[in-house]
Amino acid sequence: MTQTLPSTKIYARLENVGVRYGPKVVMQNLSLDIVEGAITCIIGLSGAGKSTILRLLNGLRRPDEGRVLVGDQDISTLHERELIVIREKIGFSFQFAALFDSLSIFDNVALPLRERTAMSELEIKSHVEETLDSVGLATVGERFPAELSGGMVKRAGFARAVIANPHAVLYDEPTTGLDPIITHVLTDLIIRLRARLNGTAVVVSHDLESIYQMADYVAMLFEGAIIAYGTVDEIKASLNPIVQQFIQGSEVGPIPI
Amino acid sequence: MSVLEDLGRETTGFFSYAGGAALLLADCARFIGKLRIRVNETIEQAYNLGVQSWGIVLLTSLCTGMVFALESANQAVAYGVGNLVGGAVAFTMARELGPMLSAVVVAGRSGAAISAELGSMVVTEQIEALQSLGLSPTRMLVVPRLVALVVMLPILTVFADIVSIIGGAYIANVFAHVSNESFINSARASVPFIDVCKGLLKSVVFAVIIAIVGSYSGLQTRGGAAGVGKATTSAVVIAIILIFIFNFALSYILFPQ
Repeated sequence: MTQTLPSTKIYARLENVGVRYGPKVVMQNLSLDIVEGAITCIIGLSGAGKSTILRLLNGLRRPDEGRVLVGDQDISTLHERELIVIREKIGFSFQFAALFDSLSIFDNVALPLRERTAMSELEIKSHVEETLDSVGLATVGERFPAELSGGMVKRAGFARAVIANPHAVLYDEPTTGLDPIITHVLTDLIIRLRARLNGTAVVVSHDLESIYQMADYVAMLFEGAIIAYGTVDEIKASLNPIVQQFIQGSEVGPIPI
Repeated sequence: MSVLEDLGRETTGFFSYAGGAALLLADCARFIGKLRIRVNETIEQAYNLGVQSWGIVLLTSLCTGMVFALESANQAVAYGVGNLVGGAVAFTMARELGPMLSAVVVAGRSGAAISAELGSMVVTEQIEALQSLGLSPTRMLVVPRLVALVVMLPILTVFADIVSIIGGAYIANVFAHVSNESFINSARASVPFIDVCKGLLKSVVFAVIIAIVGSYSGLQTRGGAAGVGKATTSAVVIAIILIFIFNFALSYILFPQ
């Protein structure tokens, strides 16, 4: 099953995408629309290729087949230097935050502004402090990533992803390995950041409670293709036995254990 | 059949590595040509990669100069040419051993450090994080290391040459009673200034080899901690092999017989 939405304004589109890692086919003929201004969550089994979709959307991975459109532009054929312009408009929050060990939290968040803008150090300081405050990290700017808890590191990753006011933010497993309280905090934060940026968000996650809370649309990836797409209620009501087995966490069903 | 397959794989791997490293060097040259150099990072790397290598480089050169004098001084005195020992030591150190030994030691210490650091950044997704922020890992990470080594290795080599000659003079004086004055006069007469400059030109080439091979191997790291270990080992081995090959080629070109 492929999924496109002809009547809704689309931020990005994967068109008949194929991806291989060596001999292993990860995606085949996959199509997916990312609706502008919405939070789209991608669910699926571990190793299904969910994170690869995020990498396709900002050009970190090129498809072996098909096209990746951001707006009207096919980014799959762009040169690395041309991709920089695309990436400046798309924030990326990594699964383990990927903060730079040698920089303080403040410097991690300030890096895109220092390297890409002509802002003065005073303006950068003000903007970074405001963003750190918005993710609840106002007091830890001088500390280093190794000195923070997992939840704080993730929030610092969020802050770095949104500091340059991107049009879209991609979140890779934002709540994995965190306790329920921090998971709830981060889910709220994703909703608030999307509203603040007035932009688009794509979230890859296994955390169904969190997804039900934040998602406008949910896409399920299985064996290299999107097998279900819709609102949370539509996904919950899906008649597809694979979707039902996945969302119920059942051992019994068509998904091989 | 498997021998042929292995041969084909190795050949492809060799050309893939050589091509990738050449492209990385070209990318660095582009940034350096536009003067897009991060000065603070470069100074920090000059300290880490150059200044912190002084001890081991000077010790190695001192011992080599002393051994060379020890082996040659008594023989030279026995044949009545003790006044030539200084020339022999200085000639050999300035043109060949000084640049090459310094480069080999720096390849072992700093080349390994570059590869391990960048490799760790690959496996913790920090390189992808840089790319996702619209920043070039070449400009942010490789150019500072390249410029730092190109500046620091020739300086280290000058000190290595001086220390090896001082060590050689001391040993020739103690064991073969060659006066310091005779040793230094011989050294000055045997090594024209242009030869010292050619030796330093070799150091510049070796610095480029160490920085590019270390960086490229690090950036090609795959597969977690074990991958970092493999990348580091291959960076040191490849750099040292290239230093020996380029030393021969440069000696042939710069010092025609």
